[in-house]
Amino acid sequence: MNLTEEEKRIAVEQTRNILQGFSGGRGNLIPILQQVQEKLGYVPREAMEEVAQYLGIPAVDVYSVATFYNQFRLIPPGKHQIKVCMGTACHMKGGNIILDCWKRRLGIDVNQVTPDREFSLERVACVGCCTMAPVTVIDEEVHGKVTPTRVDGLLFSFGVKIPKGQQKEGEAVEQQ
Amino acid sequence: MNSSSIVAETFVKLQQKSRTAWQSLRDRSLILVGTATCGRAAGALEILKVIKGELERRGIDAHVLEVGCMGHCYAEPMVTIYKPGFPPICYGYVTEGIAGRLVQDFLAGDDPCLEFALAALEANDMVPALTDFPRGMIEKSIILDKCGLIDPEQIEHYIALGGYAALAGALTREPDRVVEEIKASGLRGRGGAGFPTGRKWETCRLAPGEEKFVICNADEGDPGAFMDRAILESNPHQVLEGLAIAAYAVGARRGYFYIRAEYPLAVERVKKALEQARQYGLLGDNVLGSGFSFDVDVFQGSGAFVCGEETALIASMEGEPGIPRHRPPFPATAGLWGKPTVIDNVKTLAYVPHIVERGAQWFRETGTAGSPGTAVFALAGKVVNTGLAEVPMGTTLRQLVYDVGSGIPKGKSFKAVQIGGPSGGCLPEAALDMPIDFDSLSQAGAMMGSGGMVILDEDDCMVEVARFFLDFTQKESCGKCTMCRLGTRQMLEILEAITKGQGRPEDIDLLLELAEDVKAGSLCGLGKTAPNPVLSTIRYFRDEYEAHIKEHRCPALMCQELIAYYILPEKCERSCDACVGSCPVEAIYSNEDRIKVIDQQKCVKCASCLEACPPQYKAVIKLSPPELVAERGRKV
Repeated sequence: MNLTEEEKRIAVEQTRNILQGFSGGRGNLIPILQQVQEKLGYVPREAMEEVAQYLGIPAVDVYSVATFYNQFRLIPPGKHQIKVCMGTACHMKGGNIILDCWKRRLGIDVNQVTPDREFSLERVACVGCCTMAPVTVIDEEVHGKVTPTRVDGLLFSFGVKIPKGQQKEGEAVEQQ
Repeated sequence: MNSSSIVAETFVKLQQKSRTAWQSLRDRSLILVGTATCGRAAGALEILKVIKGELERRGIDAHVLEVGCMGHCYAEPMVTIYKPGFPPICYGYVTEGIAGRLVQDFLAGDDPCLEFALAALEANDMVPALTDFPRGMIEKSIILDKCGLIDPEQIEHYIALGGYAALAGALTREPDRVVEEIKASGLRGRGGAGFPTGRKWETCRLAPGEEKFVICNADEGDPGAFMDRAILESNPHQVLEGLAIAAYAVGARRGYFYIRAEYPLAVERVKKALEQARQYGLLGDNVLGSGFSFDVDVFQGSGAFVCGEETALIASMEGEPGIPRHRPPFPATAGLWGKPTVIDNVKTLAYVPHIVERGAQWFRETGTAGSPGTAVFALAGKVVNTGLAEVPMGTTLRQLVYDVGSGIPKGKSFKAVQIGGPSGGCLPEAALDMPIDFDSLSQAGAMMGSGGMVILDEDDCMVEVARFFLDFTQKESCGKCTMCRLGTRQMLEILEAITKGQGRPEDIDLLLELAEDVKAGSLCGLGKTAPNPVLSTIRYFRDEYEAHIKEHRCPALMCQELIAYYILPEKCERSCDACVGSCPVEAIYSNEDRIKVIDQQKCVKCASCLEACPPQYKAVIKLSPPELVAERGRKV
């Protein structure tokens, strides 16, 4: 995904602001990246280069940390982030069926963003709400006991109307 | 005045202040709403809003508190009401309508609405108490006893009920004595491996070096486990007190909570707890005037399961990828930044204040000789009463599943219980009478793990369960050891083939061989235990593997590729269209007799029609192998 010049500029600017709150020790690397992601929603290359320079470490080290941990996203997320829990309890209660529903309705695969950048789809290991399985988290709000029809209902609540049997057209964007 | 009497005096003042605050809550009705993550997912915040709104509308003066989780997660959202003149009553499955009724009839009127009551908290002659149920007989709460009864964001509640007395007591003793007490209690690490906590502390205490660290490991990554989350959200001060005692005992001045990022509410509540403890002089310079200084920070994990392993956890705190390293040296001698570091699980630390206060002997009275104390399990999956349960070590699985969990829902039959997450194994019915502790579980091929327990019934395919866990560990493997990186992948490929009906007869033996190699060739616990789910399912459920391989059939009707949905023509009601409407892909049509038929080419196997078909018809069934559908079609 190509970022606009404007997006790159904002990324660098915000990252510099965040860096001011940290000392230069390497132990701050993950907290810094977490703040960058919280601010921007993702960790772009430009931000990683800024962080590397500030901490005095090679940019590839920052990249290796950002790609090792599942939390970090390298491209902008959708406006609404849909996280489907794939923990044991959710799996046993049909979590994969729910994930399939989201994929089918949004027309994207896991770790992708809809072309209009409205929704992104992720799987998470376990959100610790096993008693409410299967669980989907949308923008930090936990929805329990999700069914295929509930998926449609939730999308409807975001103003998405999908005619029966039809999927969203268009090319999905691969997320790292 | 010596420092111990200063500590005692300062603490008594804190206690008095807190008790006054706590008792002032009882002057009128007190309403507790459980708003831990599980409660929130069930809609507790809406309930809270309704109750507050109704109270205001009716002009009722009552206290409303947000509390944590009592462990009865199946009945969320839960509300507990203390009304003068009545026993404290707990209400479960509360809806907005019930919440309104409780305010209107119980708080404004005098009808306790017993039709909605779950149980009373104390024995009385009006409502059965929680302790009167079979579950109450088996449970023994040590670290969960205040969860759900106090506001986790108010330190006074914790202090008023005896909190921080253990820390104040410890500060007046020599650190060596505190270590001795923990050693004598036989407390074993509740993170999974069961290493004796006292020995870990002693090693760290004796390790040379001025600077030492203590870390609370709250990187609860096991899918299916949520005890640590519930404890941190419901009673964070208990864990903080344990951490402070650990720091005093080993001589650390700095501590960390390492909490996974997926637990935002736990992070928030711990941060608030730290702030309050600092205000109360329980953290920071010169704690309670004892001369001991200690402060704590929160470090958020970034979503890597392997970081639950202590050396990987340290690597991530140092800004490196979370890759474990060889032990020894153990973190207790060379941990964070190379300094001696004690890393203990949330539950382990939660026991510490209780042991320090009541003594090692008291702790040893519960549980088994090799594993004293209680165990906290998170019951999930196919069990009626999901939630948290704290039981003495040595309780049998049968008691947990049937008495605490109330058995399997929908009249289905029990098949297995999966203990210990991706590192554990599946135990069959035959193992139900085994008393559970660290040692018995390892012998049976499972593992205590952190205490996640997922109950499986006849509809769960054991091959699929093994595949699920291996898929998880394979994705989470950090990639350092070849056997873990590639061996688990090969095992996963074989399991995937089996669940698709493409398994070969020699695959079972190949899996067993690979499992041994992966165990032997991995450095850390992740790789060493990754094959456990596969080994235990082959050991106890080999026939299911064979049905998949030889007959291309999934006996539990779970593996998507090996099943098909089918509508029984003789049962279909014809004029009912429930299934047609439920299908997300328009795969169901009416034939010339108006009987509904599933177009197998279009079907995505989402089970919507099975759910939608009214129970009086039960016309939709699953068939395995899918070829049976064509066979049935010919017979009609």
